[in-house]
Amino acid sequence: MKILIVDDFSTMRRIIKNLLRDLGFTNTDEADDGNTAMPMLKTGKYDFLITDWNMPGMSGFDLLKNVRADEDLKTLPVLMVTAEAKRDQIVAAAQAGVNGYVVKPFTAAVLKEKIEKVFERIQ
Amino acid sequence: MSNDRKIRRDLEPEVSDKLRQQVAELNQCLEDNDYAGAMNLINELSEVRDQSLYREVGRLTRTLHEAIRNFQIDPRSEEQKEVLSLMTDASDRLAYVVQMTGQAANRTMDLVEESMPVAQALGDEATVLREEWQRLRRREMQPAEFRDLFGRIDAFFVSVTSDAEAIYNSLSEILLAQDFQDLTGQVIQRVTALVKEVEEQMLSLVVMASHVDQLTGTVHQLENQVVSAEQGQGPQMKAEEREDVVSGQNDVDDLLSSLGF
Repeated sequence: MKILIVDDFSTMRRIIKNLLRDLGFTNTDEADDGNTAMPMLKTGKYDFLITDWNMPGMSGFDLLKNVRADEDLKTLPVLMVTAEAKRDQIVAAAQAGVNGYVVKPFTAAVLKEKIEKVFERIQ
Repeated sequence: MSNDRKIRRDLEPEVSDKLRQQVAELNQCLEDNDYAGAMNLINELSEVRDQSLYREVGRLTRTLHEAIRNFQIDPRSEEQKEVLSLMTDASDRLAYVVQMTGQAANRTMDLVEESMPVAQALGDEATVLREEWQRLRRREMQPAEFRDLFGRIDAFFVSVTSDAEAIYNSLSEILLAQDFQDLTGQVIQRVTALVKEVEEQMLSLVVMASHVDQLTGTVHQLENQVVSAEQGQGPQMKAEEREDVVSGQNDVDDLLSSLGF
């Protein structure tokens, strides 16, 4: 299981990476926005994408849309971990095909629950 | 509003007096068919308008300039003085806040990442020793095994002492890594004060501009800017008081399940 973590703040990537390690996911890579993430995803090495929304360059929302529009990536599970908390944004993310939505600040338990839920649903 | 004094809703009395006087003179000129005089007065009228505008803009510029000049922080140590002297404007200061908070977060995570395996190893060894100890109590242990256990417990006590000390030191350093709050707090408060001041001055500029609009008869077509849901907006303030914002993960989950998630 290889996971790509996309966030413009290295501290947040590090927090998520640590929490994932505690959950037993040690195989992770990082990218700082959608533009750097997209070519990495296109290599086909990743089984799961965790992305922030608000990033310079390509936002997480656009990354989600690009992933869903890509023939090879359209079924990739995507978990959004973001401070974006407006109802219409969450609805938009759901409509764009997000698999889970975690609002920052979050706890380790919430992240674990949402990741498990995403896997449960796709299995 | 507390700053009514600053935001004048009328023109200065001398300006409105002058306007009234010139309008009366203009009327007189028109009655006397003195069109050259009337044109001169109209020019003077627009000059009065322009001058009052320039005066207000000048006042505003001075106040803004002063606000920016006053935007200083009092360094308390030589080190702070050196750091702060490098920063000359608000964006530098905010970049400094990002840098300081980033450093603190990384320092904290370094220490946490160092301590976690230590705590994990202590716990693992204690679990093994407890199992062995119970075997001993159940008299299931051979003398050779007991000698092994004896040595292992001895070594464990030594490592508990040094590892506990290492964890304690890390925690203490994590505590110290929070000292950024003092400096960044000061910087943010200064920037907030500057923003407030600029906001007030902008408001008085808007009020002043509305007088000019009245005089020139300008009507603006104001369009409401609608922010697309797709655009990231960052953390929302006062989420509990707002209908359009979720106030936590439970709200997100409720919303998603209402959408059939």
